[in-house]
Amino acid sequence: MNFLKKILMLGMLVAFAPLSQAELTIDITESSDSGTPVAVVPFASSGAPVDVSSVINADLARSGYFKMLAEQTMRSRPSSASAVQFPEWQALNQNYLVVGQVGGGAGGQYNVQFQLLDVLKSSQLLGYQMNSSAADLRRTAHQIADMIFEKLTGKKGAFSGRIAYVTNNKQQSQLQVADTDGFNPQTIASSQEPLMSPSWSPDKSKMAYVSFERKTAAIYVQILATGQRKRVAEFPGINGAPAWSPDGNKLALTLSKDGSPDIYTLNLMTGALTKLTKSYSIDTEPVWSPDGGSIVFTSDRGGKPQLYKVSSTGGGETRITFSGDYNARASFSPDGKSIAMVHGNGGDYRIGVMDVGSKSINVLTTGPADESPSFAPNGTMVLYATKKGGTAYLSAVSLDGKMQQKLAFSNGGVREPAWAP
Amino acid sequence: MKLNKLLWVLLVAIFALSGCSEDEATDGLNAGQNAASGINDASTSGLNGASTLSGMAGAGYTGVTGNNSFLGPEFTDPNNPLSRSTIYFMLDSSEVQPDFIQVINAHAKYLVAHPNQKLTLEGHADERGSPEYNIALGDQRAKAVAGMMKAQGVSDGQLTLISYGEEKPAVFGSDEGSYERNRRAELSYQR
Repeated sequence: MNFLKKILMLGMLVAFAPLSQAELTIDITESSDSGTPVAVVPFASSGAPVDVSSVINADLARSGYFKMLAEQTMRSRPSSASAVQFPEWQALNQNYLVVGQVGGGAGGQYNVQFQLLDVLKSSQLLGYQMNSSAADLRRTAHQIADMIFEKLTGKKGAFSGRIAYVTNNKQQSQLQVADTDGFNPQTIASSQEPLMSPSWSPDKSKMAYVSFERKTAAIYVQILATGQRKRVAEFPGINGAPAWSPDGNKLALTLSKDGSPDIYTLNLMTGALTKLTKSYSIDTEPVWSPDGGSIVFTSDRGGKPQLYKVSSTGGGETRITFSGDYNARASFSPDGKSIAMVHGNGGDYRIGVMDVGSKSINVLTTGPADESPSFAPNGTMVLYATKKGGTAYLSAVSLDGKMQQKLAFSNGGVREPAWAP
Repeated sequence: MKLNKLLWVLLVAIFALSGCSEDEATDGLNAGQNAASGINDASTSGLNGASTLSGMAGAGYTGVTGNNSFLGPEFTDPNNPLSRSTIYFMLDSSEVQPDFIQVINAHAKYLVAHPNQKLTLEGHADERGSPEYNIALGDQRAKAVAGMMKAQGVSDGQLTLISYGEEKPAVFGSDEGSYERNRRAELSYQR
């Protein structure tokens, strides 16, 4: 029977490799040397299906804030604070140490314990015990990374969040949701016609997106838990670029039913449609300021695409970007102080982040085909789509530009990332 | 040999099983322990292709269609401008270039002479820049062609406009030659 099981396992590997949902893989392409030294000791574990400590280690590593100690450099592997020889870690120039263990396993239920230790003070900063089903072990590991990140930086962690993105190959377009490290991808919609522009509702329970499945452009709002959805806009012409208002009651969107593409808001409760811009040029890609008071959008009314601002009830249109010949697809930082955008010069498109106060733009990426920026909910990173060597993939960059990671898809292109708020 | 056979049977069984479960598993989002995050248990039916996404029977990606030959020999005669069904544009522009005016005029004339004939104008963009901005650009391109046709007497009801932006490239490639072939409006007569 054991032998049979082994064959079954082998069979699964062989059969699943080419068949299973292609997953994202992460490579850290540029890392920071200046981060705070942290050691995550491999957790003691007896047969847990997920290597919890390596998930934590990878999360902290790709945040750009920490310099992680390589496992082979460690001289001991304590699994609880009581077994830690602090001088040993001080000698390795570590500031912080994470130890822990994964116990249980009966009935697929595990118990994860971890401690975050201050090496210099030989003291404990955090210590928790969490129960987790086998299926939730990765999520638990991400939550632990969030807790450690917050304790050490004062900023909320974003590792246990989710990202949405669109995958394309010649046959199919799929809208997927995955963990921030690309694991657990789930397809929430697929069509042989293009799917575009996923936008999370502020409470993360719904997704708005564009689908061409009926051979016209239409905007749908889908409840993620049930898969139920509603077509909320299908006017003649463009139905595009949906963006949720911070209160979750409205969508800003682009319609071209009156001629040129204009910005509208759609009240999802009443169905009331309000036209905000009326220029004869392209107005599109609306995004709400976090306070809900204004909407930033892309317009070529000045000849080239630039970002403009309009009151969310209409009126007061003003241009807000002035450097570069292409500034488009704004994404607000959660605190409203920065706007990420596609910043183009002479056919080279990079991700720039503008300080809303000073209007100065800091270019974070190297181009030449970077697009669709989306801020992490803690404002520390920007996720975007790029293309090199004919392959479309996602990349995340820290706000200082020092940390770059690549989220590649094993088959076909991946585009239009949206980090869940 | 026996082992091989067993392995095969298992593989086929797993293959079949995984095929079924995949469909059901992708229905909604699974419940994490984060029920509070708003993504809840979705063991019941969620969105799934076939049933709810009806009407998307797949034409797939068409590329440069230009296949209006069912209308008659003039649409395949390379000396007739009606044989050309793709209008190309400059970077970030929806202005019709002089080369294509003759082509658009020929199609306009045909539509005026055949008032029951309907034409779909698909606007497209190259992959550079922002996807939704490119949808807008494709829309402007289709409208530029439509505007010229309407000026010559083609009725609104004869034209259907749609922009696919950069979503349906004619050519998959990231070079100037591919970009040029992807910045286009395609004219397809409805059967």
